[in-house]
Amino acid sequence: MGFKNVPMSTVKPSENKETLFSAEVRTEIDKWIAKYPPEWRQSAVMAALMLVQQENGGHLTTELMDKVAAYLDMAPIAVYEVASFYSMFEHKPVGKHKICVCTNVSCMINGSDRIVEYLERKLDTKLGQSSEDGRYTLKEVECLGACGGAPMFQIGNRYYENLTPELIDSILDGLE
Amino acid sequence: MANEVCFRNMDQDRPWLLEQYRSRGGYEVLARILTEKTPPESIINEVKLSGLRGRGGAGFPTGLKWSFISRNAPGQKYVVCNSDEGEPGTFKDRDVLRYNPHQLIEGMVIAGYAIGATCGYNYIRGEFWEPYERFEAALEEARAAGFLGRDLFGSGFDFELHSHLGAGAYICGEETALLESIEGKKGQPRYKPPFPAHYGLYGRPTIINNTESLASIPVILEKGGEWFKQLGVENSGGTKLFSISGNIKNPGVFEIPLGTPFSELLEMAGGMKNGSKIKAVIPGGSSAPIIPGEQMMKLTMDYDAIAKAGSMLGSGAVIVLDDSNCMVKVLERMSYFYYEESCGQCTPCREGTGWLYRVVHRIETGRGRPEDLALLDDMTTKIAGRTICALGDAAAMPVQGMLRHFRDEFKYHIAHKRCLVG
Repeated sequence: MGFKNVPMSTVKPSENKETLFSAEVRTEIDKWIAKYPPEWRQSAVMAALMLVQQENGGHLTTELMDKVAAYLDMAPIAVYEVASFYSMFEHKPVGKHKICVCTNVSCMINGSDRIVEYLERKLDTKLGQSSEDGRYTLKEVECLGACGGAPMFQIGNRYYENLTPELIDSILDGLE
Repeated sequence: MANEVCFRNMDQDRPWLLEQYRSRGGYEVLARILTEKTPPESIINEVKLSGLRGRGGAGFPTGLKWSFISRNAPGQKYVVCNSDEGEPGTFKDRDVLRYNPHQLIEGMVIAGYAIGATCGYNYIRGEFWEPYERFEAALEEARAAGFLGRDLFGSGFDFELHSHLGAGAYICGEETALLESIEGKKGQPRYKPPFPAHYGLYGRPTIINNTESLASIPVILEKGGEWFKQLGVENSGGTKLFSISGNIKNPGVFEIPLGTPFSELLEMAGGMKNGSKIKAVIPGGSSAPIIPGEQMMKLTMDYDAIAKAGSMLGSGAVIVLDDSNCMVKVLERMSYFYYEESCGQCTPCREGTGWLYRVVHRIETGRGRPEDLALLDDMTTKIAGRTICALGDAAAMPVQGMLRHFRDEFKYHIAHKRCLVG
């Protein structure tokens, strides 16, 4: 879009916004909207997508993206663009626990290949796929900015660093 | 001489709390500036004098950047902090957010006063949940104590500050992509000019600085620009946070004066792991061309020394590689990163990063052709400098560095279909 600094939407603000999401989700999204100038509701799009993705068990659907578009007075296509651009948004169902393993340089030279191999064997799945019981999804990610604790992965909001097979066992055993 | 600026509080218990920050004089610089109504020009001049250069990687002088804003232009202006730390090897801003969030807040309020902005955003990468929560808690404390909000210290100056969470995109560390992202769009860099100082967030004049840069401001103004400058060396004022990782004993973030010999930094990090031999160093994040270990051991960690050696200080992310590493494999991983993260806007980068990765990948997997190295040389010159932002250059530079210093290893790989090492 280059640098055209106008909200991209030309859509008519939708009515009945309160029917789109639960009161809790609306309260959370509204907190984000309040941070930006009133005509820039769309600045809350990433936060809104993240919230509804979480509510939906970890992935987005077209219906949810359309609701976010309606809530923020955006054209649906503008929301799809955002949702498909950023790596933390998922468009297919994911396991209850999404394990995001960094394999970038610092992690790689500290043995992330072995970490991936161990996880693939332990969970009987492959990078980019979910375990049969739907409990885990294994995802390869780019540098998460924790190279001092390489090798590392992220599950949910938490970073786990200096991974070893033993540590991985105890981390996974400790998950809900 | 270490831990003078961003890490000056690292000896404290739970240093991220407001009371701890206050116990070391936190927010007193802001109070003095606002109550004495220090002329904004003199603040900008002090920052210029300090020699502070952008700590995110580009190294642009911070004071000069601030002076591009016309303070008296009507309407809103913005201060934006770039905490979208994602350059592979870099993990320092995460520690600033986790351990010294108030110094960043104070720096951003001062920046706002200096350029006449009353609103700021801190763009934190989406994966940084713990740092985000720390920063949010600090914002709450600062609001409750009257260091953010309306009429600060009875001066009539208002400043509000919010965090904005990313959602996973290296490119958003590029300043105009970051602004697009706050505006609720794909993070694709803008054409420049116009620069953010004239046409930034929401089309308004904006300064955008790295976390470490902004967090350095309160200390610079407390102790003086000259003091800060003297910490470092010519053209590289101050101390800097170095994130050091790789095949070393004690990886971590160290604040040391610019100009410190690399060998001392390596020693602080415990030296090589298992007594292995140093092979090479990536001195400033994965975009910085690699430097052979022997040469690196003679260099100092400052902008000029690293530039003279054909690389760059970048974000201060130092990745140390020992002689068990195959350079083809290391380059393959780095090239995959740029291929994965190219935003797709400019053809040379979108297509070129894929080409670079595929050619390095075929060498790594034993399918390399003798003419591949010339092909790589050629491709890098057709990407670098031909794109809207620096990601194209960032993808080309590591390839050029590797082929400059470790060409024989690539040739061996092509000829023997396997690594020279391991």
